[in-house]
Amino acid sequence: MAEPIIVFDKLNKWYGNNFHVLRDIDLSVAQGERIVICGPSGSGKSTLIRCINRLEEHQEGRLVVDGVELTDDVKAVDDVRKKVGMVFQQFNLFPHLTVLENLTLSPMWVGKMPKKEADAKAMAQLERVRIAEQAGKYPLQLSGGQQQRVAIARALCLTPKIMLFDEPTSALDPEMIKEVLDVMVEMADQGITMLCVTHEMGFAKAVADRVIFMDQGQIVEQNNPHDFFNNPQNERSKDFLSKILGH
Amino acid sequence: MTAKTFEPISARQAPVSTEGPIAWVRINLFGDITTGLMTLIVLAGLLLVLPQFFSWAVFRAAWLPDYDACRVDGVGACWGVVAEKYRIIIFGRYPYEDQWRPLLATSVMLAMLVGSCTRAFWKAWLIPAWIVVLAFFFAVMYGGFAGLEKVETDRWGGLPLTIMLSTLSMMMAFPIAMVIALGRRSSLPAIRTACTIYVELIRGVPLISVLFMASFMFPLFMPAGVSIDVLVRVIIGITLFAAAYMAEVIRGGLQAIPKGQIEAAATLGLSYWQTQYKIVLPQALAMVVPSIMNNFISLFKDTSLVTIVSLYELTGALGLALNSDANWRPFKIEGYLFIALIYFAFCFSMSRYSIWVEKQVNKGKAR
Repeated sequence: MAEPIIVFDKLNKWYGNNFHVLRDIDLSVAQGERIVICGPSGSGKSTLIRCINRLEEHQEGRLVVDGVELTDDVKAVDDVRKKVGMVFQQFNLFPHLTVLENLTLSPMWVGKMPKKEADAKAMAQLERVRIAEQAGKYPLQLSGGQQQRVAIARALCLTPKIMLFDEPTSALDPEMIKEVLDVMVEMADQGITMLCVTHEMGFAKAVADRVIFMDQGQIVEQNNPHDFFNNPQNERSKDFLSKILGH
Repeated sequence: MTAKTFEPISARQAPVSTEGPIAWVRINLFGDITTGLMTLIVLAGLLLVLPQFFSWAVFRAAWLPDYDACRVDGVGACWGVVAEKYRIIIFGRYPYEDQWRPLLATSVMLAMLVGSCTRAFWKAWLIPAWIVVLAFFFAVMYGGFAGLEKVETDRWGGLPLTIMLSTLSMMMAFPIAMVIALGRRSSLPAIRTACTIYVELIRGVPLISVLFMASFMFPLFMPAGVSIDVLVRVIIGITLFAAAYMAEVIRGGLQAIPKGQIEAAATLGLSYWQTQYKIVLPQALAMVVPSIMNNFISLFKDTSLVTIVSLYELTGALGLALNSDANWRPFKIEGYLFIALIYFAFCFSMSRYSIWVEKQVNKGKAR
């Protein structure tokens, strides 16, 4: 197996003094691997992936992303953020910019790309998520599913090596979930490393190489989707699966 | 059996009209018993007051600059006072025969102000253009070249002073306020504390005392032989005062920006300043346009306080025009109504403009 692209080594994180949110996390992610993280709310799933682009800081242990260790060093953080794209539950598109401007912002301001080139690149990404005809609109004029696809295209404009998804379909109306998942499945076929916090078990079965189950800040169980869903090893994961797959 | 034919029902008028002036009056003024009653009370009040006001202000008014005519019994408003004194009210103590200079300088500045309010002027050259306009203003007002007699700043006054003071302090207070507002949310404790102290200190004292300090106390701290013109000190005083208030308004806007916006900018690799400039400030400022305009309007009227340090802007110039002249002194009310009209014209334009700006900056919210 090639060198892992993300390595968590005995990582611990606290909110304040008493809330121990991540406990002794050991995890290594291979290049191109697709991981789905699930678990009850408050189990630290989001915090875990938000450590990867340092939206959250950890207090103990090491975290290395594509050869760069994340520390207080601002340059290291900048370095990592250029390689990591992120999609949020609430989309977090910039409402005062058009769809196209949302996409070209980072290439032009961070990547110093000329406008023409950035526009072309952005349009290509919008084609990819099948929303090119909305380029001139403002985010709030789009449906939730469309907004989330724009958010995915925006993250792809960085040409990231790693994509993080933080419950990307949880804020969507049921009939819009599919259009977002379809885009994510297509991405999964293209060899990008993906970490996805989600409860869409159908998606996990279809694309994940590995499912990680978390509870109370710990990784309780990890396995390939087939074994995880059919033969969970831990009491806690059995209980969780019986609740979400119950009907 | 034959199929039924479709018989459209012909369109009728609504039983009760909701359009047109009569319907408007019925719905809005006499919608129910309470509204109807209130309407009648307000109408009665207006009938009581308005005829007397118009009789005083128009029908029985004396229009000519003749103070004897104004003193005849039964004569109402004496608008002659405006006709007689308007040059002093508008231009203050500025030398009479040179008053074309403030007129020219202020006209150019006003033209630039009106221009700057339109989209076509929102370009990079706006700032150098303003520097040129301001330099022109001060050069023409101050003189001392090309045969223009030198006019010291303590003789500047009236409307040009009001407009210049408020324009300059608005333009300088706004960027300062943005920096202070960002500073109060900084993660560095030293910067945060400094900005908080600044805001609390300035907000804790009345503008009058700031002006008083700028004018009388500040020179005591200056090394001997160094002096800064009182006008400059007053401009700085008003600017710092306005900036403290405006900073709090902007901070309110900053706090309304969801954390997700800043996180999204961070994941896209934007630096702190890029995030503030491209993401946070545009949205925060758009939210507080009405409050900022509120500040601007109150700043415009607050300039009348500079009278206390012997600068005779519009309000001060009115006092100057009437206090020294026993013949016209009794007709202050008319004079005040005249300058009230000028203040209102400016403030009302500002508030109309604010509505337009709101529409411009909220385009993204239109569905």
